[in-house]
Amino acid sequence: MNLLDIFKRRSSAPVARERLQVLLAYERRNRSQPDLVSILREEIMAVIAKHVQIDQDYLQVSMDRGETMSTLEIDIQIPNKSAVPLAMAG
Amino acid sequence: MGKVVVVTSGKGGVGKTTSTAALGAAVAKTGKKVALVDFDVGLRNLDLIMGAERRVVFDLVNVIQGSAKLSQALIRDKRVETLFLLPASQTRDKDALTEEGVGEVIDKLRSVFDYVFCDSPAGIERGAQLAMRFADEAVIVTNPEVSSVRDSDRIIGLLDARTMKAEQGEHIAKHVLVTRYDAARASRGEMLSIDDVLEILSVPLLGIIPESQDVLRASNLGSPVTLSEPLNAAARAYLDAARRLEGEDLPVVVPFERKGFLDRLLGRRAA
Repeated sequence: MNLLDIFKRRSSAPVARERLQVLLAYERRNRSQPDLVSILREEIMAVIAKHVQIDQDYLQVSMDRGETMSTLEIDIQIPNKSAVPLAMAG
Repeated sequence: MGKVVVVTSGKGGVGKTTSTAALGAAVAKTGKKVALVDFDVGLRNLDLIMGAERRVVFDLVNVIQGSAKLSQALIRDKRVETLFLLPASQTRDKDALTEEGVGEVIDKLRSVFDYVFCDSPAGIERGAQLAMRFADEAVIVTNPEVSSVRDSDRIIGLLDARTMKAEQGEHIAKHVLVTRYDAARASRGEMLSIDDVLEILSVPLLGIIPESQDVLRASNLGSPVTLSEPLNAAARAYLDAARRLEGEDLPVVVPFERKGFLDRLLGRRAA
């Protein structure tokens, strides 16, 4: 271990400070918006319900936030048995 | 009309209860009438820190549910005449506190006392939100450590959104109280400095409480450190913080724990 290593190991506070600044900037931004995922979930559910009957549990909406881009993942499972298209049923 | 101050933090174990007791006792020593209210229903501890654990008959929940009068539940401190404690109940029922009930109790306390300190439970759930709900001011207890600072930031967000004052479009005064601060470690870059914490949270500083053995000793004895050992570094820091809370413009100095020659030689750390 050389002298530089000792110095590096000691000064962990600047790392803590930087990590916090990045994290909190991100968390504060998210806090100010309403819960986007649950709004999307509700609206997507409403659109699907117009055409196909599915259970709430078959719709998964998740948001993966990245630095420059976020991914919205929507997973809709339509079970074959119960998913009778409304148009056909009617 | 008295002032209602919530002592909060988000994270547990950072010193909310200790700080409530120390600040409350410090303010009461100046002759002000002070009530300390423990909001940690189920896990009450302020009674223990105040050394009043064997004098609890009625509690906050009893008062809210109407089975006891406020005057019956308030415990007068044996050391300071103007200091009172309203203990939390040990019930496991989380919904024992209602917003309406808490509001009524706080209103009554506010009309009798100069200061009402609400000791918040940890977390950001119902209990913590009720403790801050009717506050005029907030003391955010923070350790110079990443998880505590992050949780304080969450709590600041809640204070600005969920308190009665905030909802009425008024400003809730916030202060950061940094506890368990080790100036030597901060100067070596091993611990977040006061400037780091203040810059990240952007809330004014109420005081810096040094990491100290005296605080633990005071808890062991069931006495706020500002009463049992008022000359010690931590107690002096709390006394100064209390004066700032009362509006005095007092410069903050970074406190140093005084160490004996042997301590220094052996590199013994405080607490």
